[in-house]
Amino acid sequence: MAGRDDQPPPAVLDGALALDVLATMWRIRLFEERVGQLKRADEVHGLIHLSVGQEGVAAGVCPQLRDDDAVYSGHRAHGHAIATGAALDRTMAELMGREDGLCRGLGGSMHLVDVARGFMGATGVVGGNVPIALGSALAARHRGSSAVAVAFFGDGAVQAGHFNETVNLATLWELPLILVCENNGFAEFTPRSAHTKVERVSDVVAPYGLERETVDGNDVVAVWAAFHRFLTAARGGAGPMLLECLTHRLRGHYEGDPAKYREALAKEDWQEKDPVLRLRRRGVGACWFSEDEAAAAERDAAAAVEAAVAFARASPFPPPGLAEELVYA
Amino acid sequence: MARELPYIVAINEAIHVEMARDDRVLFFGQNMANTENEPFVDAFGKDRVRVTPISETAEIGMAVGAALAGYRPVVELYMAEFMLVAMDQVVNEAPRFRYMSGGQVSVPLVLKAGYGFTAGWAGQHTGTIYGMFMGVPGLKVAVPSTAADAKGLMATAIRDDNPVVYFHHYLLTLEHGDVPEGEHVVPFGEAAVRRAGGEVTIVAIGAMVGTALAAAETLAGEGIDAEVIDPRTLAPLDLPRILESVEKTGRLVLVDQATRHGSASAVIAGEVADAGFGALKAPIKQVTALDTTIAYSAPLEAYALPDADKVVGAVKQVLGSSAVAA
Repeated sequence: MAGRDDQPPPAVLDGALALDVLATMWRIRLFEERVGQLKRADEVHGLIHLSVGQEGVAAGVCPQLRDDDAVYSGHRAHGHAIATGAALDRTMAELMGREDGLCRGLGGSMHLVDVARGFMGATGVVGGNVPIALGSALAARHRGSSAVAVAFFGDGAVQAGHFNETVNLATLWELPLILVCENNGFAEFTPRSAHTKVERVSDVVAPYGLERETVDGNDVVAVWAAFHRFLTAARGGAGPMLLECLTHRLRGHYEGDPAKYREALAKEDWQEKDPVLRLRRRGVGACWFSEDEAAAAERDAAAAVEAAVAFARASPFPPPGLAEELVYA
Repeated sequence: MARELPYIVAINEAIHVEMARDDRVLFFGQNMANTENEPFVDAFGKDRVRVTPISETAEIGMAVGAALAGYRPVVELYMAEFMLVAMDQVVNEAPRFRYMSGGQVSVPLVLKAGYGFTAGWAGQHTGTIYGMFMGVPGLKVAVPSTAADAKGLMATAIRDDNPVVYFHHYLLTLEHGDVPEGEHVVPFGEAAVRRAGGEVTIVAIGAMVGTALAAAETLAGEGIDAEVIDPRTLAPLDLPRILESVEKTGRLVLVDQATRHGSASAVIAGEVADAGFGALKAPIKQVTALDTTIAYSAPLEAYALPDADKVVGAVKQVLGSSAVAA
């Protein structure tokens, strides 16, 4: 996990760091594809939302953060958790509802938390995480820290009132909150055009005068650079900011969604857009890493995912008494 | 040393004492700097005492995030109904984070909610809505009925590591009572026996404790000896203390200003029926508000609400000394 904690991340994603980020993207991609298989085999038990196709956002943002930064995600959280440093094995165990899961099997796919890495939580109600992240930003400012809060959410959350409430307050109090919107064009099953006349999320917040930018979210190099600029400013006392990442959700809203509401992308079109393949092509082309190194990153990720599955399968289910034990602190 | 203070002053004194002893306590709310809360701004500054816009979801969500980061926010909501704007944060976020994280985090915060302004404040400002929160796992619910408890339960709420909804009754605001000076805490989950008696148990909540005590005085004049119990917190609920009293008296009347089907009374009645049925000599009787929106018009407002006469009638009914329905 280059870039986390030891020193400020570089402004430009290239060289060996790009290979690290490629490895992170492979870990997310292969983890989630495996989760999809395990869901169909009923080894993963509950409601699952995959971010396959959107890995460029998580991998461009989270490796730049420190453990004392607070990261919040929503129902599509696996990629953000993994990119923030959550262990694959404990994340997989959580999705299988096991005792060794990140949350001892009590949270599951939509409620991953890994406090040690600053992954403060994922919420299953769209946009519910956004005002909570505001509180972490307030806390960071209050204790005079350079820590920031990052909230990931989809374009669907932007039409919720509390998004506006949060932007208003964060702007009023100039809090170090970086809002990262993954605009995949669909709010659950419905295209953005059926929900709003404002196409760009960065335009929704324009009247508040906060720093905002829209980037190609499938270009992790672009995501990295834009987020780096915001992060540096937020550490220096500025805020809030909004980074809109245009991306594509390759799978349905949830695993099992037949996705009849949209046309599937042609395979060749997707290969052009795929954030993982794009970084691989670009990195090899620019000699940041070799074909062999890229292939090794993919192989290592596949092996780590299989080890995670084995770990999760071997972990027991939590004891029934846990159902009541943790209700109150 | 105790001295007489109004209920509202006792609440504010608790917040003040707790803010002075713990820097992590923050205080947010709409209008904070322009109301009786202004002394807080003067004492603790604008970083710890913040005026928020009318954005309940952001206010409460922000409190959740600050609590996750180690602070102890108190959110001044003025009217309990304003919480309803932010139910996702109150019900689905604040009380569930600890559990869903497998115990990695805790969310210590207080939602200060005034309720029951049954003085012509009509349909949207008079609700007695604690019943819809006492069944949310992870939330605690405090309902002080005296000035001393108003202070002690607020202090405990602030020190508690869980989200607490603190309901103060608007019609008690200026009621005076003896309040201890300095630090004063009242433990959660310990009911108070406000009047000892042997023939009937009256469990009354919040402002209804006063109503029940007035009824008990009337009943005493007629030779009926009632015990009045104030649960003080609904979550946790001191069911053992209630059952102990019912074991002694064999009769239970519940007095709750909430509408019947959203009341704490209905939950307590169910628990006593489940665990204490063998001790009962008569059916449990509930004196609650009617299942209706509270009217503006004064006679209709009174018609819908519990009062001492209705409590007296219910007690006589369970004692078999009157055929008049409550």
